[in-house]
Amino acid sequence: MKRLLVCLSLVLCVLSGPALAISPDEILEDPALETRARALSAELRCMVCQNQSIDDSDAPLAKDLRVLVRERLVAGDTDAQVIDFLVDRYGEFVLLKPRFAWHTFFLWAAGPLALIAGIMAIVITLRRRQSTTAAAGANQPAPKLSAEEEERLKALLSSKDQS
Amino acid sequence: MLVELGHYALVLAFALTLVVSVVPLWGALNGDGRLMAVATPVSVTVFFLVLVSFAVLTGAYVASDFSVVNVYENSHSAKPLLFKITGVWGNHEGSMLLWVLILVFFGALVGVFGGNLPDDLRATTLAVQGWISAGFLLFMLATSNPFNRYENPPIEGNDLNPILQDIGLAIHPPLLYVGYVGFSITFSFAVAALILGRTDAAWARWVRPWTLLAWSFLTLGIAMGSYWAYYELGWGGWWFWDPVENASFMPWLAGTALLHSAIVMEKREALKVWTVLLAIFTFSLSLLGAFLVRSGVLTSVHAFATDPSRGVFILGLLCLFIGGSLSLFAWRAPMLKQGGLFAPISREGGLVLNNLFLTAATAAVLVGTLYPLVLDAITGEMISVGEPFFYLTFGPLMVPLLMAVPFGPILAWKRGDLLAASQRLYAAFGLALLMTLFTFWLWGMERVLAPLGVGLAVWVMAGAISEIVTRVKFFEIGPKRGFARLYGLPGSAWGTATAHFGIGVTVLGIVTSSAFQEEQVRTMRPGDTVNVSGYELTFDGSVPRRGPNFVEEVGHFTVREGGAFVAEMEPSKRVYTARQMPTTEAAIHTIGFSQVYVSLGERRNDGAVDVRAYYKPLITLIWIGCVIMALGAAFSMADRRLRVGAPKPAAKRKQSASVPAE
Repeated sequence: MKRLLVCLSLVLCVLSGPALAISPDEILEDPALETRARALSAELRCMVCQNQSIDDSDAPLAKDLRVLVRERLVAGDTDAQVIDFLVDRYGEFVLLKPRFAWHTFFLWAAGPLALIAGIMAIVITLRRRQSTTAAAGANQPAPKLSAEEEERLKALLSSKDQS
Repeated sequence: MLVELGHYALVLAFALTLVVSVVPLWGALNGDGRLMAVATPVSVTVFFLVLVSFAVLTGAYVASDFSVVNVYENSHSAKPLLFKITGVWGNHEGSMLLWVLILVFFGALVGVFGGNLPDDLRATTLAVQGWISAGFLLFMLATSNPFNRYENPPIEGNDLNPILQDIGLAIHPPLLYVGYVGFSITFSFAVAALILGRTDAAWARWVRPWTLLAWSFLTLGIAMGSYWAYYELGWGGWWFWDPVENASFMPWLAGTALLHSAIVMEKREALKVWTVLLAIFTFSLSLLGAFLVRSGVLTSVHAFATDPSRGVFILGLLCLFIGGSLSLFAWRAPMLKQGGLFAPISREGGLVLNNLFLTAATAAVLVGTLYPLVLDAITGEMISVGEPFFYLTFGPLMVPLLMAVPFGPILAWKRGDLLAASQRLYAAFGLALLMTLFTFWLWGMERVLAPLGVGLAVWVMAGAISEIVTRVKFFEIGPKRGFARLYGLPGSAWGTATAHFGIGVTVLGIVTSSAFQEEQVRTMRPGDTVNVSGYELTFDGSVPRRGPNFVEEVGHFTVREGGAFVAEMEPSKRVYTARQMPTTEAAIHTIGFSQVYVSLGERRNDGAVDVRAYYKPLITLIWIGCVIMALGAAFSMADRRLRVGAPKPAAKRKQSASVPAE
């Protein structure tokens, strides 16, 4: 399910092109490793910049981190191992996508919770309104009879009395 | 002397906003027509005073009067005249002055054009607008005075931050501010409705055009800022989910929701209470944006703590306005009468769905923006929330919303028929399916979901066209009468269809440019050629050049396609002399809706240079779509109904005219 969400949003949401601040000499020869390095770089923060990934940043620190990520990949680390290595070294601040944990629960849940709360609010409002309008309908007096109808009613009642 | 006059005008304006904050409101609550009549002339005077103040500051910039601290810090005598003028709002104090100018301008507009509003509503609205103006004028005078002077003026100024010396960023803030501040009018109307305890027909009619106006400028402002980032920052990205961007995006999302709920309120008298609340939220998010950007809280919670004077002041204003209006809402909203009923499947139902998803998306962005600050302040734990997070939380909320867009305008009011609506969208659905398959065929299974994105965009666009075709009954009555009906369609119908078409165009640009972009990163020597998506870029060498206040190294590239000449491109690396600050100027060549983008990186000792070249298919559609959306808003504002105004009961007018005579 999470994977589906990842894919969906990758396609549809506001996605800036994977722009590179990377210089040519950093690029790995193995294209598969380089693709992985780039995907990882997009999720790692350049810690001295304001909200830039190391993939986007020109800062020297970002360059060091890009080289570091590639070194780890060449050494045979998996993506998760590279991430763990960097988090150990720099703290969770380095991740642009915070881990799902207790201290980030509300962060991740805010959107879905807002949606659920909204749906509940709508349902409750609709229910309440339906019940109030139904109640109002029940209490309403029956529509008044026209003069003609009154006449007929009288006539009928009086004929009944006679019989 | 002139500078002091500007300062004096600002102080006088503040004093007058205090008058307009109190007197008309008192009049409205006690039914005193003379006190209410104070509102309009005073609001107009305040506008002229702030205009004088603004003109004086601009004059100081043009004349390079470095005895003014603000001019010294942000200008330079060698700067081109255009950037001397736009430099006025390229800094904190000046941009606050622009913000206040627009704020009081809107107040004056309501005063001048509000003739068809009930007197007490106009007076109360202007009073509320006066509170906001007074708050911000006091903020300026107390913490951010642009008219401070040096006793011993320096000879030369510090120059404006070079990345702000650009025509795109010069017009970005005014557009954005008209958007932000435009929502203040809706806010003032909402608060006035709460104070008076009623929302009448005139009120309902006034909310939507003001929202449309603010929204269209905000749309253009955000698009402008995004295009600026794209060509000026030199790495080809155009949206970064930066807190500063989110600060403008949140009011946009809430404003879009407000736009739609205001339609229900205007046409069907329903959702009144919700619209009032949304109007409060939208402007609150604008204020929050101002706080986030101005206080320095974004760079670090701790930086904010060391120089908190401005931040604390805005935070105070924020709490006062948001807290005050929400309390007022809690107290008075139950007095507002509920309007018409509707079935879940109906136009109203569709608009409620729109509000549901947009509000949830706003919440997701809001929490994503503030969470790291709050977590840091409470636990000291530092986390980052960036692009990848927003893809996961914001994206999934937009997909169902976009899928639902074509249905909304086709459903009938009160009780709609989903099946009938679907039948009218067969053509749109077919076209979307066709485009999805076509994209699959073109690109293969390599990127599985991008074609679905293309299909979604086409679905939204084709759905907008279907709406128009359905409305004029093109196929039932034949093309000749169809065209006649096309001409007679109300502006609001054109507005809806155009704006929805625009959002489809933007989505298409986003999907294609991000999924099918090609990039090349190379070290190139003169004579080298690199191929991007079939375009051959030859590096011909680089030459130094001198601008008015910068020196640059310009790289010369020739673009060819299959050997045939296409264009010349000249990206450069600049150094602005006054601040010794380097910038990257990317070169962009537009082919159809797509662009070739070249920017220069590091320069090597042997004359070689690092080059980043991109081909970005259909990327201009992202911004063209925004312009189309703003155009849609303009069509909607041109609707005849909005000019005519709400009918006024004649008897009531006579009655109120006779009151002062007693």
